[in-house]
Amino acid sequence: MKKFILGKKIGMTQVFDEEGFVIPVTVIEAGPCTVVQKKTVENDGYTAVKLGFIDIDKKKKNKPELGEFDKYKITPKKYVKEFRVDDAGKYENGQVIKVSDMFSPGDRVDVTGTSKGKGFQGVIKRFGLSRGRETHGSMYHRRPGSMGASTDPSRVFKGKKLPGHMGVERVTVQNLDVVRIDGEKNLLLLKGSVPGPKGGLLLIKETVKTGRR
Amino acid sequence: MDLIKAIEQEQVRTDLEKFNIGDYVRVHLKIKEGNRERIQVFEGTVIARRGSGIKETFTVRKVSYGVGVERVLPMHSPKIQKIEIVRKGKVRRAKLYYLRERIGKAARIKEKLQSKAAGRVTEEETAAKPKEQAGNENE
Repeated sequence: MKKFILGKKIGMTQVFDEEGFVIPVTVIEAGPCTVVQKKTVENDGYTAVKLGFIDIDKKKKNKPELGEFDKYKITPKKYVKEFRVDDAGKYENGQVIKVSDMFSPGDRVDVTGTSKGKGFQGVIKRFGLSRGRETHGSMYHRRPGSMGASTDPSRVFKGKKLPGHMGVERVTVQNLDVVRIDGEKNLLLLKGSVPGPKGGLLLIKETVKTGRR
Repeated sequence: MDLIKAIEQEQVRTDLEKFNIGDYVRVHLKIKEGNRERIQVFEGTVIARRGSGIKETFTVRKVSYGVGVERVLPMHSPKIQKIEIVRKGKVRRAKLYYLRERIGKAARIKEKLQSKAAGRVTEEETAAKPKEQAGNENE
């Protein structure tokens, strides 16, 4: 994996391509990110790069966190995330990574974010189970169905789909097209939707899907 | 939100003629066939406009060989070469969906005539439709 950046979801709109077709796009404010730390095989057993994103007042960070930034005289960042890379030597501590350096239109990316919270939800919304009839004497509308067999297991199997909390989990969307890049405004336009609310943090990486890179 | 507006604003077309609901228009569309590009004209009544900004679309309806045909086109699509207004319509609805249930004479729309004083009528129109001019004075 070579290409990666952190971004903030701005929202969705649409653009026209050269052919005149409408493309639904998500606008992401990606970067500029700063390399906060490099991880090497000698030190850490694996290679990775830690990126910081969005400047923040140092009062909002605790001492151990500030130590990380002070080491290379970097302004404290709101978010710090790690990306696994093959060769961390290419990057310098304190180096600023811009979206225009990393990606170009036509690339395919995977986007990871935290999905919107839905609260406590039933099985129909949460897992897409079928519902019961509304009429004809049915009194079984949106319930989860059978809990399983009776005496033999004498318990409900783990993983039985039941109501519960939905959303606010890590979600990755794979293989999104990079439609356009605005180097000046640090904008990245991806075809389709990405997880999370507006303003949510997104991890953007080169896609793991092969054949269509 | 401003970033999105900026992206949308870049693509908004201001060169196209402004039209209203009920107008009879000729939309010149660029059609690509392989490497060749040609112009196709879709002619009909504007029965609806929806959305705003770059997302705005309009619906053009015509009756072709007795079959109703409607096309929904993005207002700012680069595929539109130009829009000609053939006749302005006088309507009291924002959506003319009632035209779908009407055939022939019943599906007509009254023409909106402009006063001479407003000076909006071009010479061409005056020459082509002298009768309408007369009707206009009565109004």
